[in-house]
Amino acid sequence: MKLEIRGLTKRFGSFTANDGIDLTVEEGEIHCLLGENGAGKSTLMNMLYGLLEPTEGEILVDGEPVSFSSPGDAIDRGIGMVHQHFMLVPVFTVAENVALGREDVRGPGILDRRASARRVRELSEAYRLSVEPDAIVETLPVGVQQRVEILKALTREAKVLILDEPTAVLTPQETDELFAIMRRLKAEGTSIIFITHKLREVRAVADRISVIRRGKVVGTTSPQASEAELAELMVGRKVNLVVEKSEREAGAPVLSARDLVVVDPRGHQVVKGVSLDVRAGEVLCVAGVQGNGQTELVKSLLGLVRAEGGSITLAGEDITHDSPRARLERGIGYVPEDRSSDGFVGDFSIRDNLVLDLFRSEQFSRGPALALRAIADNAEARIEEFDIRTPSASTHVAALSGGNQQKVVVAREMSRPLTVLIAAQPTRGVDVGSIEFIHQRIIAERDQGVAVLIVSTELDEVYALADRIAVMYDGRVVDVVGPDTPREEIGLLMAGGRDSTDGQNDVEDIA
Amino acid sequence: MSTSTAPRTASGDVAIRDRADVLRQVKTVVVLAIAALLVLLFALSVDDPKIYWTLEERARLDTRRTLNAHVVAWSAFGYLVVALVLAALNRIRRGWVAGLVFFGAGLAFYAGFLMWFFADQRELAGIGAISIVNPLPQTVLYATPLVLGALAGTLCERAGVVNIAIEGQFLMGAFFASVASSLAYSAEAGLLGGALAGVAVASLLACFAIKFHINQIVLGVVLIALCLGLTNFLLGQIPTARENPVLASYLNQPVTLDPIRIPVLADIPVLGPALFNQSLLAYLMYASVALVTWLLFQTRWGLRVRAVGEHPKAVDTVGINVARRRWSAVLLGGVFAGLGGAFFTVGSTGAFDQNPSNGQGFIALAAVIMGRWHPIGATAAATFFGFMLATRDQLSVLTKIDSELLSAAPYLATVIAVAGFVGRVRPPAASGEPYLKS
Amino acid sequence: MSEAAATVQEEEKQERSARLRDDIVTTMLAIVAALLIGAVLIAFSYERSLDSLSYVFSYPQDFFRHSGDAIWTSYEAMVKGSVGSISALSETLERAAPLICAGLGVALAFRAGLFNIGAQGQMIVAALAAGYVGWTWDLPVGLHLLVSIGAAVVVGGCYGGFVGALKARTGAHEVITTIMLNYIALLGILAFALLHPAFQRPGQTEPLSDRVADSAAYPVIGDLHLGILVALLAAALTWWILDRSTLGFQLKAVGSNPEAARTAGMSVPMAYTSAMVLAGVFSGLAATMLVNGDRFAISSTLFGTIGFDAITVALLGRGKPLGTVLAGLLFGALQVGGRAMEATSVGTSPDLAQVLQALIVLFVAAPALIAALTRRRRREPPPAFAAPSTQEEAA
Repeated sequence: MKLEIRGLTKRFGSFTANDGIDLTVEEGEIHCLLGENGAGKSTLMNMLYGLLEPTEGEILVDGEPVSFSSPGDAIDRGIGMVHQHFMLVPVFTVAENVALGREDVRGPGILDRRASARRVRELSEAYRLSVEPDAIVETLPVGVQQRVEILKALTREAKVLILDEPTAVLTPQETDELFAIMRRLKAEGTSIIFITHKLREVRAVADRISVIRRGKVVGTTSPQASEAELAELMVGRKVNLVVEKSEREAGAPVLSARDLVVVDPRGHQVVKGVSLDVRAGEVLCVAGVQGNGQTELVKSLLGLVRAEGGSITLAGEDITHDSPRARLERGIGYVPEDRSSDGFVGDFSIRDNLVLDLFRSEQFSRGPALALRAIADNAEARIEEFDIRTPSASTHVAALSGGNQQKVVVAREMSRPLTVLIAAQPTRGVDVGSIEFIHQRIIAERDQGVAVLIVSTELDEVYALADRIAVMYDGRVVDVVGPDTPREEIGLLMAGGRDSTDGQNDVEDIA
Repeated sequence: MSTSTAPRTASGDVAIRDRADVLRQVKTVVVLAIAALLVLLFALSVDDPKIYWTLEERARLDTRRTLNAHVVAWSAFGYLVVALVLAALNRIRRGWVAGLVFFGAGLAFYAGFLMWFFADQRELAGIGAISIVNPLPQTVLYATPLVLGALAGTLCERAGVVNIAIEGQFLMGAFFASVASSLAYSAEAGLLGGALAGVAVASLLACFAIKFHINQIVLGVVLIALCLGLTNFLLGQIPTARENPVLASYLNQPVTLDPIRIPVLADIPVLGPALFNQSLLAYLMYASVALVTWLLFQTRWGLRVRAVGEHPKAVDTVGINVARRRWSAVLLGGVFAGLGGAFFTVGSTGAFDQNPSNGQGFIALAAVIMGRWHPIGATAAATFFGFMLATRDQLSVLTKIDSELLSAAPYLATVIAVAGFVGRVRPPAASGEPYLKS
Repeated sequence: MSEAAATVQEEEKQERSARLRDDIVTTMLAIVAALLIGAVLIAFSYERSLDSLSYVFSYPQDFFRHSGDAIWTSYEAMVKGSVGSISALSETLERAAPLICAGLGVALAFRAGLFNIGAQGQMIVAALAAGYVGWTWDLPVGLHLLVSIGAAVVVGGCYGGFVGALKARTGAHEVITTIMLNYIALLGILAFALLHPAFQRPGQTEPLSDRVADSAAYPVIGDLHLGILVALLAAALTWWILDRSTLGFQLKAVGSNPEAARTAGMSVPMAYTSAMVLAGVFSGLAATMLVNGDRFAISSTLFGTIGFDAITVALLGRGKPLGTVLAGLLFGALQVGGRAMEATSVGTSPDLAQVLQALIVLFVAAPALIAALTRRRRREPPPAFAAPSTQEEAA
């Protein structure tokens, strides 16, 4: 099936998200859509999938104009989509999720669960996806959840499959596995639109590449183009892919964790005895695939989740039982992983968010009253210093772009003297300009002697920042290696391939 | 590099006991200990162990029997001590066995309490009412509207719409059941009228919640206020029997439902008269529980409704209309809530009087949450309430406990249950959130 | 720089006034829409217009004349009865004072993300405390009132705070616990107390309390007791707490995004507890206006639906102190005016006032509906009603 897009435009009020997009996807082609966060890729795909109605322009399937008013229409025309945030009901089984919308029924709408399970099993075998139909989705690793999404599209006989940032949650090995599945699908004639901002992947799998920037297609090229060329197309200027960083001798350990254990609300251990030392003036990066305990590790360091076992010390003092507030006041700076849920209050102004954990200080309060003048002055200064692009200091943070939101969080955390900076996914969903800026600020903190702990799932970021790299897999730190360790080796560690504590851990989750 | 020294289990977990599990055990031990202690006090305080009892709903001097309070109270105490020891040794794990053990503990406490309450009444022994009677028929009666309301709440919340307005649906259901029954001179027509009124309120709820995205808790409160005002206003328009007997009888003198005795089944001891000598509404209630459970978990419609309540966008992306599923669930819920409302007029006292449900809709709402958004759980919670209300009635024959304390007891029990045992439960993920397409 | 800042401030001011204008217009439209529906109810409840309905096709003018008469008479009586004279006005203000206070309690909790349905229960226990001090203790004028108010505030605060603490410690949903505590207060505590010698009026067998001493009564000007002043002070205090204090900063942060608040080192349990304590304090204050200002004695019917009306007042006031004051005044007027309607020849039921209240809030809560009705485009729903959205950033 051939898919053509002609002059597709989408406006939200005065904001143009997509501007006259032209794109052709041939039958049996893997077409990469490359673009930064916020470039308009997802808007385009949501129009293709009937989730958004285009303001102008048309979509043609096999030369015939179509209009989708709902995803149902798109599905009927053979378009399938694997969303970046999975569209799976977490408490349902795999079979129920796959069946949803196309249920196997007996008589007057009675579910035929056995038939649904059989269907999943058959397709799963045919495409070698190894998915168990009766498993509850929320208990599955993300890689498997993604395969469930692919199954969903396949049962609907998708001829064009849209994959929206599918590799963000995968290990390098899982990514390779996904690419293999994509090639198998392509061989059967399925067209694939593969959306990503990772240059390396594009060149590995694409037949053709279209680059999208600020809502426009700025070029279509072949995978032979160099990474630097692609990056320049994507960002619109030359990109400095490396952070300038001087060599620095690390000092004494400042933040130390010993045998930390964290149990999630369902009673599973998610951090299984982690020990770490972060030293003054160094960046320790925790690398690993999403969901291997990094989130909980960081939250336990802050006291946001309780450590069921083990201890944490800060500058030699035990802080294991301190409240988050006490830890912040001891000089831990924290940039949380999910900024919109943990990092700021969306309904609050930038001004208020910039003092969210500082409002009690003498500078910003007079007894029980807020010092509004000081808070306003602080806002002006931080907006200037951190180049936060906003109409005014009283704009609600929810109204800012991802990059500027993150700058608000970073500005707040760096506006007080720190001994430790903990930043989880500091540049997720942030534009390239802001990434560069945030990376520079992090290195600047390190150079002032702050102990920095970065958690990142992006290996590029890990290499850009790290003085040492700790790799987490299945709730444990499997190894701590130097910053010059090859990518493949870290990839293997991230997949639990070399487990230093017990060698018996195989890669069964991925196969 | 790893300096980990903690022992590990086979799955790689560090050998450590989860706090939540410890907390659960502590809670169990404490509750059982308190229950055992109280029953011990009950048992010790009984001087005259002769107690009258009967399996019938009402005690009569000629059919009542006697039992020895000491025997019952001490065996209840024994049971609780055994359960306590098991809990202290952490031998009671989660699962249906634990459920049975706790149910037994509840019964033992109830029995011990009754022994204390009805013992030492020698001077009143001649009065038939001073006997332990079968509380179950009353329980089912009280539970009928609560279960129906809770089913309505469950259906709505499963579809992602919070329904605080069950109380409003009760009120309108009660009023229009009375009017319909009076007009048609038929109690069954009253049920129909009640159900329709429930659906009418539900359609307001659905319209404002689904179409206009109003905060659903706000909406629920406002709808209750509206229904309360409207039923009072409408009631004021109906002339009293003294002013205009003809019109009054046409509008607010409903035919009430009579108990229907189901042969054979009603002869089952204890349970039979409780379950199978009830009005049509109670039988409808049983059927509704089965129907809602079946619909939600065995049908295509139910799968989609539950999916809409958990992750509406996922449902939208497979081409299912989210709003339509929500509408259908809320409207169907309206039928049950309206029937529940009908209980307060055609199902019991007859004519509509100001605010007849008197907050029972809120109790149904509490039952939804205590029942963890499952129709069976909600039914169990609602039945527990019915039982508390029935017990209150039963105990009101004596003044051993202040009647005010007795009337507050069901509500107190809810606070304790919600705070102590339900706590943070997981509602349907999208409950209360309007679905807006991005 | 300073010039730019000045323009920015100017823009902010404009934006705020535009939003205020929007709020006012929406509220006005909602009131008009509610009155229209109310008019239909009046018309169809008036006997003579109903009679003329039977021949409406032959003489339609009869029906419309009678209906028009009924509507005009009723609404005229409502306006005159609520604000038409000094005595009517002071009755409205007396009625509004407890509504405002209890509404402030609900609004404050609302801003902390808590839905306080427990104003009634909090008022009951507070009223008993105020009353007990009022009739048993013998204190000088003025001090007696203050001590009585103090007792109400403390007891109300404890009753409210209990809910907050339960939520903070165990996660028990405040909607359920407040409802249950209302019943416990009404059926348990109040019923018990009114028959207890410490509370019951000597020589009475009915559940009716003793009479509050004159030394514990609110001062009076003309017909008006000065509870309304206290209510306005309470509103000012609420404004200060919410907009100027570190406590309010935390309450709002927790109400808007508890996760982020926790991450920023705020204590969510503390915020829940203090918000509910404050809610109980304001309910307690409301109770004193009934006990020390209006009725001077407690009966089981004293509280009526005021606890429930407080919720609608807070909702109509959009969770803001000034809005709550205005909403309280409006509802006070509606309720007082509602009774005046009954006294006319049309005899419209005073329950209409309650229907009107609910309809007004319903329409205000549905800006999309008002927009659809008037084809006006609103920028955004008022924050107090903005339901959490599942919308993700379109990017």
